[in-house]
Parts: sequence; C-alpha cells; structure tokens
Amino acid sequence: MTDVVTTAPAAEVAVASARGELPPWRLLLRRPTFIVGAAILLFWVVCAVFGHMIAPQDPLAQQLLATNKAPSGAHWFGTDQLGRDVFSRVIVGARSILVIAFFATLLGTVAGTALGLAMGYLGGVVDMVGGRIVEAVLALPLIVVAIMFVVAVGGGGSALTIIIIIGLVFTPLIARTVRTAVLVERQQDYLASARLLGENRAYIMFVEVLPNVLPAVFVEFTVRLGYAIFAIAALAFLGLGVQQPTPDWGADINANYGVLPAGYWWMTLFPALAIASLVIAINLVTDSIEQVLAS
Amino acid sequence: MATYILKRLGLALVTLWLLSVIVFFACHVLPGDPGRAVLGNLAAPSAVAALDHQLGVDRPLVVQYWTWITGLLHGNMGLSTQFRAPVEPYIKAALINSLKLAALAFVIVVPLGIVGGVVAALNYGRTADRVISVAGLSATTVPEFVSGIVLIVVFGVALKVLPVSASAGTGASPASQFQHLILPAIPLVLVLFGYIARMARAGTIEALNSDYARTATLKGLKRSVVIRRHILRNSLLPTITVIATQTGYLIGGLVVVETLFNYQGIGNLIFKAVNSKDFPMLAAAVLTIGVIYMVATLIADILATMLNPRLRLGGAE
Repeated sequence: MTDVVTTAPAAEVAVASARGELPPWRLLLRRPTFIVGAAILLFWVVCAVFGHMIAPQDPLAQQLLATNKAPSGAHWFGTDQLGRDVFSRVIVGARSILVIAFFATLLGTVAGTALGLAMGYLGGVVDMVGGRIVEAVLALPLIVVAIMFVVAVGGGGSALTIIIIIGLVFTPLIARTVRTAVLVERQQDYLASARLLGENRAYIMFVEVLPNVLPAVFVEFTVRLGYAIFAIAALAFLGLGVQQPTPDWGADINANYGVLPAGYWWMTLFPALAIASLVIAINLVTDSIEQVLAS
Repeated sequence: MATYILKRLGLALVTLWLLSVIVFFACHVLPGDPGRAVLGNLAAPSAVAALDHQLGVDRPLVVQYWTWITGLLHGNMGLSTQFRAPVEPYIKAALINSLKLAALAFVIVVPLGIVGGVVAALNYGRTADRVISVAGLSATTVPEFVSGIVLIVVFGVALKVLPVSASAGTGASPASQFQHLILPAIPLVLVLFGYIARMARAGTIEALNSDYARTATLKGLKRSVVIRRHILRNSLLPTITVIATQTGYLIGGLVVVETLFNYQGIGNLIFKAVNSKDFPMLAAAVLTIGVIYMVATLIADILATMLNPRLRLGGAE
C-alpha cells in the first residue's frame, strides 16, 4: 500500500520539475512511446506522399500469369487475385486512408467546434435541441450511422463522400466535448467583463472563448483521427468506401478476404497489418500528447 | 431518486422518438426502388409499380412515417421487402445469435479488463502499468476485422485448430457452437479490453490517492483488506458505466465481425438489408439497436446512482 502512495506523487513531481525547464515538444521527445508512434506515422506519411516513387511496381498493373503468388524475392508481399503486386499496393494505399481520415477529422472538428461553442455559450433552446439531436445520433454505433449515411447519399465510392460522412458523424461527438469545455469557461470573470463591455455574442464566442478551448479541441482532433482511420477502414472493408482498383487497404481486404480460408493469406494479412500499425502509431502519439498536456 | 429516474426516462423517450425520425428519413432517401430491387432489372415497369404500391413505398413520406410508427407502437415492425415477410422473426433470430456472440465476448472481457486495470493501477508508473496501458490502448484502436484476419491466419489457416466460420450449421451441439464462436469473440474482446481496463485503472488510482484509503491504511488495516473493502468498491463504479455504454459499440463491432466470419447476427442483417435496399428491415434493425443501447445506458446511470451515496443523496442533477 505505502509504496503505491509514495510512487505516484514522486512520479508527478519528477514530471512537474522537468516541465518547468522544458517546452512541451521536448517533453514529447523524451517519451519512447511518442518516438515509436511518430516514426511509424512519418513512414506512412512519406509513403502517402511519395508512394508511387517508392513502390517497386505499378500498383495497378495486372500480371494475369502471376496471380495468387506467395511472397517471394520478386514480390515481397506476393500478388493478389489479379496478379497485382501486394507490396506496391500497400505502400501506395497509405495515401487514400490518410488523406480521407485527415480531411474528415478536420471537417468534423471545425463543424463540431462551431456547434459546441453555440450550444455551450448560447445555452437555452439551442443547447436543448442540439443536445437531444446529438444524443439521438450517439445512441447508434458510429459505424451503423456511417453505413446509413453512405447508403443515403448513394453508395460508397468517392473519397469526398466518405470525408463528408465521417465529418458529419464526428460533428456531434466533438460538439459534446467542446460544449463541456465552454461551460467551464463561461464561469470565468473575463467573459463577464466582455459582456459588460458590450461585446457582441459572435465576438465573445470566437475571439474570447475559442482560444481558451483550443487545447481541448486539439486533443479531440488527434483522438478522432485514430477513430477516423478505424471507421474509414471498416467502411472500406464492408465495400462501402473507396472502390477498386484504387489501392486502399480496407478495399483490398474486402476484395480478397473471401479466399483467406483457402490459404491465400498474404493479400489480406499485409494490408491488415498496415492498418494496425497506422492506428497504433496514431494512438501512441495521441496518448503521449495527452499525457504531456495533462502533466 | 424517483424524480431523477422519471426525468431520465422522459428524456430517453424524447431521444427515442428523435432517433426514429432520423432512422426513418435516413433510410428513406435510399436511392433505388424497392420494387425494382426485389423484381430485378428485367421486370415490367407496371409490375414494379404494382409491387411498390403493395409495399406502400409510393405514398408521401409523412404518411409512410405515420403508418410505420403507429405500427411499431402496436408491435408491428413492417414487412421486409427482400423476404416479403414480417421482419420480426428475422430480427429476433439475428438478435439471439448476436447475443450469444456478445455474451461470450463480455464474459471474457469484463473480468479480464477489470483485473488488467486494477493490476496496472497497483503498479502505477512501473513496467506492468505501461505494458497494460499501451497494449490496451493499441488493442482498442485496431479495427475488429484486422485482428480477426490475423486470428484467422494464425489459428484457422496456419495451425488449423479453430473453424474460420462462425456458423456451426443448424442443429449443431452447444459445444460445437461455442467452438465456432471463439475466434469471432476475440476481436470484440480486444477492442473492449482497452476501454474497460482504462476506466478500472483510472478509478483505482483515484481511490488509492483518496483520504479514506490513507485513513484505512493508517488505522492499521492490511493492504489486501484496504484494496478489497475500500478501493475496489469505489473504483469499479465508473467501470460499470463504461461497460454499459460499450454495448452500443459492441453492436457496431458486430456488423464487421459478423461479416468477416459470416455469422447470421443483427450486424450481418443490417449489412444485407443495406445491400438489398430493404428499408423496413434496416429501419427496424437500427431502431432495435438504438433501444438496446439506450436501455443499457439508462440501467448504467441508475445503477451508478444507486451505488454511489453521494449521487443518491443530493447531487443527481
């Protein structure tokens, strides 16, 4: 018992004293989890930007005489059912998921922050109505909501559709977090003085309140980015995301998991491991940022 | 306490009504024609129009919503356009299958998550804590179909020790059914483990640092007694709430897991209803999920209130 009680404050003191000397980014670099996560994330970002130059072969080129080939020196990750090089598709496929996830999360964060500010600051009817709608949407699993929206706007396919849908689904989630942060700010004296000075509501909301809830918004953005990857990959796996022949990890798994029990594991396993490494990397980074901000 | 529960019930009803509106209208902008989807591309336009009329999909949306919602209140969930039969038996059968899978996942993950979180908290800041926290966080964020694929490759394809399909076939023995459900349950366990362990850890750390824990230690109680009697009782409170809210996630996870393992559950039913534009089936299944989730959340809230004297006596909103 005693050792637990003593270790906890000791660790906090150590962090606090280090914090006094170092800026937050230096603290981040001291965390091994952050280094590992950032390195993996950087690797996939490089693949997303320069993928076509790194990939040894054309990810779209079909070699119909070399289909379903197991991993070898010529094809590190083997070939798929159309004879396409799986390694090249995994490298180039980083682009689709990263681009969609980033812009979807950005859209959700901007819209959710605006909605959360309005609900938290204006209160009253806006808060009541907004709150009920948010709760109704949250009563469904994220992936089910996304499926309904995808079908409602006319099936999967374009990256833009997926960005808008995931952004819309994230909006109430982010709005709820921002609303809570705004409610805390509302109690502060600086807002009372701004109101007494006769500033208008929009000015107070965006110029006075917004900068103070930005750290919460930033943490929410990084957390949601991980969820976005999760949701986008799941939609693509269900055949509702990016369509073939565009290299996309989830869509490639959807196209090939049917032959998995027959022993053709490489065309499914490697994109799956790519998704796993990306989400784990993002969460290692997110967790480190949260811990540094919290300490 | 009673007014709190009544207030929560009232809010839940309003949310439920809103949910029905959202589900109905989201399903109703479905592109395509249910009559055409059933009869196929070669059917005569007159036959499609006749079936649309018979299904009632050619009437104004508000009228259709009214018919649907009054039907629901009388326990009639509508006719499936893909099977041309009432949807209730399909939903019921799928729900039972999903519940078996979900129950197996819960039975494994709840004790595992709580023990993991408590062990991490008791080793706060040490290696065991970091390992459990980072592993839990990683497990939580990996999509179910990704871990499912790894499991299929390892246990189904390489070692050949477990079946890769979740359906044991009709008339299979409970033992065989159980064997088929092991692999599909693990991805759900992995995702839930992180959430539950995280809450149990946070709750335990808070309880460990509390004044009453220090008092209990200083008055000479053994460490095991302090942990059992003072710490666990307080730390598990938030965990109960998290477990209940995770039922909603669990159903979302089922859509993916049931598709990967080809299991006839509610998730698979939704997936198939989407693909065949079966609006009554989709709406009924999604609404069923919403109701289950809201009931679970409500029970969690009431349970948390009853277990926590501070909330029970005054602070309940």
